[in-house]
Amino acid sequence: MSMLGPTLVLALREIRRHALRSFLTVLGIVIGVAAVVTMVTLGNGATAAVREQISGLGVNILQIRPGQGFGRGGGGPAPPNFDMDDVAAIRDQVAGVVVVAPLAQASGTAVRNAANWSTTVNGTTSAYFTAQQWETASGRTFTAAEEQAGKAVCVIGSTVQRNLFRAEDPLGQRFRLGNLSCEVIGTLVTRGQGGFGNDQDDVVLMPIKTVQRRMTGNRNVRQIMVKVDPAYDMAAVTASIQSLLRERRNIRGAKQDDFNIFDTAQISQTLQGTTRILTSLLGAVAAVSLLVGGIGIMNIMLVSVTERTREIGIRLAIGAVGREVLLQFLVEAIVLACLGGVIGLLLALLASWAVAPMLQVPFLFDLRINLVAFAFSALIGVIFGYYPARQAAQLNPIDALRHE
Amino acid sequence: MVDDPGVARAGRRDPLIELRGVTKTFGTGAASFQALRGVDVAVAAGDFIAVMGPSGSGKSTMMNILGCLDVPTTGEFLFKGFHVEKLTRDERALLRRRYLGFVFQGFNLLARTNALENVELPLLYRGEKPRARREAAMNALAEVGLADWWDHTPAELSGGQQQRVAIARAIVTSPQVLLADEPTGNLDTARSLEIMDLLTRFNRTGITILMVTHEAAMAAYARTLVHVRDGLVEHGEASGP
Repeated sequence: MSMLGPTLVLALREIRRHALRSFLTVLGIVIGVAAVVTMVTLGNGATAAVREQISGLGVNILQIRPGQGFGRGGGGPAPPNFDMDDVAAIRDQVAGVVVVAPLAQASGTAVRNAANWSTTVNGTTSAYFTAQQWETASGRTFTAAEEQAGKAVCVIGSTVQRNLFRAEDPLGQRFRLGNLSCEVIGTLVTRGQGGFGNDQDDVVLMPIKTVQRRMTGNRNVRQIMVKVDPAYDMAAVTASIQSLLRERRNIRGAKQDDFNIFDTAQISQTLQGTTRILTSLLGAVAAVSLLVGGIGIMNIMLVSVTERTREIGIRLAIGAVGREVLLQFLVEAIVLACLGGVIGLLLALLASWAVAPMLQVPFLFDLRINLVAFAFSALIGVIFGYYPARQAAQLNPIDALRHE
Repeated sequence: MVDDPGVARAGRRDPLIELRGVTKTFGTGAASFQALRGVDVAVAAGDFIAVMGPSGSGKSTMMNILGCLDVPTTGEFLFKGFHVEKLTRDERALLRRRYLGFVFQGFNLLARTNALENVELPLLYRGEKPRARREAAMNALAEVGLADWWDHTPAELSGGQQQRVAIARAIVTSPQVLLADEPTGNLDTARSLEIMDLLTRFNRTGITILMVTHEAAMAAYARTLVHVRDGLVEHGEASGP
């Protein structure tokens, strides 16, 4: 195919000669490709964010919180908190439960020498590490004795570690949290940003008893996390926890629950499903735009063939075979469409890079969708360029030469 | 056909081109029009033929057939022994690419494309390498005296110069036959004579020339005259320059 080089040069020259016309022609493809790629890129980011958020919550995890629906709802007294007896009851009485981790939360300023850092203190048990699938980077978690005694020991997240200890080894060191002096027995593996843009590593974990006694001053458990054995049915386990808690909280008959059980997998499915529907809807819109772009290319190629009838006649008279003329116009259409594709990709890159932070989703460059979109625009060039190119190839050289 | 002067001069070899009983009908039914009504022509290799005739006589139709651009309705057209009337469209294109060169009344150069690229065009379709193309095209331009004008586009050249570029494009492939359709039709007398001198020169190098003209002064350059009238051919010896 020694013709391909010159054909390509010729196509580029024709496109450049009608720069504005060519640009307007490919605008449909530019918009189509940009829309598809931006949507998919942002969709991927959103999905990844959701997945991150969910994996941050753990797999096969039920979260139980007091209150109705999201938030507390209007009117009436605040629903009572859980306590450690509820935690023990769920652990001992519900089948299919692997671990149950309570959570009591407080905030405080951690102080060590000149460094101070305000952070969140989570009171829990060693079950938390299992439920969250969060491992220690160094040191250990709480022992049963420490939990029982309410010892001032803590496991710190990497953000707290960095801010209080810099490069020093924190193990065995002490820092102050209010009037509490606690010893670092472990550090957590870095988790990074959470699904809501929060820093998951900005945390201090302590035995729940210590937090209740020395910080919150009550016996409340704000949240209970239950890790369910994957062999059990999530819905069945949820139902038995529900009836157990209703009984313990004295909720009878048709009265509504004053607590919530969230199934993290369900939340993730719902969120991902929504993302997927949105992505495919917008993808369909983009596909229509690509179709319109293709028709635009066909239109302008037909105009081009008419304009260049005489040129085609000269080429045919000189001895070009139909296939060569066809190739010339087809290549021009494909180059045009590909150009639109490339502009669209650049636009999408720019748009998703700019918009991703606003939507608080990560910017994930997806090579595959970029390649697919580019290939698709080339394909549009082939499909919509073929008919005009064939018109050109089938011209009668005598008539074409006579064309004014 | 033995008494055909062209064949006689060529030493009774098989003619390069031969039309046998060629007819051409355009349209069908009542609206049909017979442009050629049984034409017999034999062209010997190396001849310089001027085809003359009033407009509507069928000379353009005959030239289109001889240029392998069109096919006869009936009859035979032999070119180098090929039955052109039986060839496909693409096969005829390949024949043109290989053996024929065209010069038109309206020059028909590619606009916005410089002289060199215009002359290179036939070589492009022959699949020549860029270097060889460039060299051959520059040589052809030198032969028509336009080597210094290679980077000018048709719009920047005079009519005579454009026609010389067209001739360079026609002979760059060293064709066997050069078909010229009213090559001086758009030029003044001085330019016309330049063109005729060029054609005569290329004819002497062995290129067979078929030229349509209605000017006797131009036809005088030819060795053989072919008169076409009402779709039929009358042969005659040219007086010669």
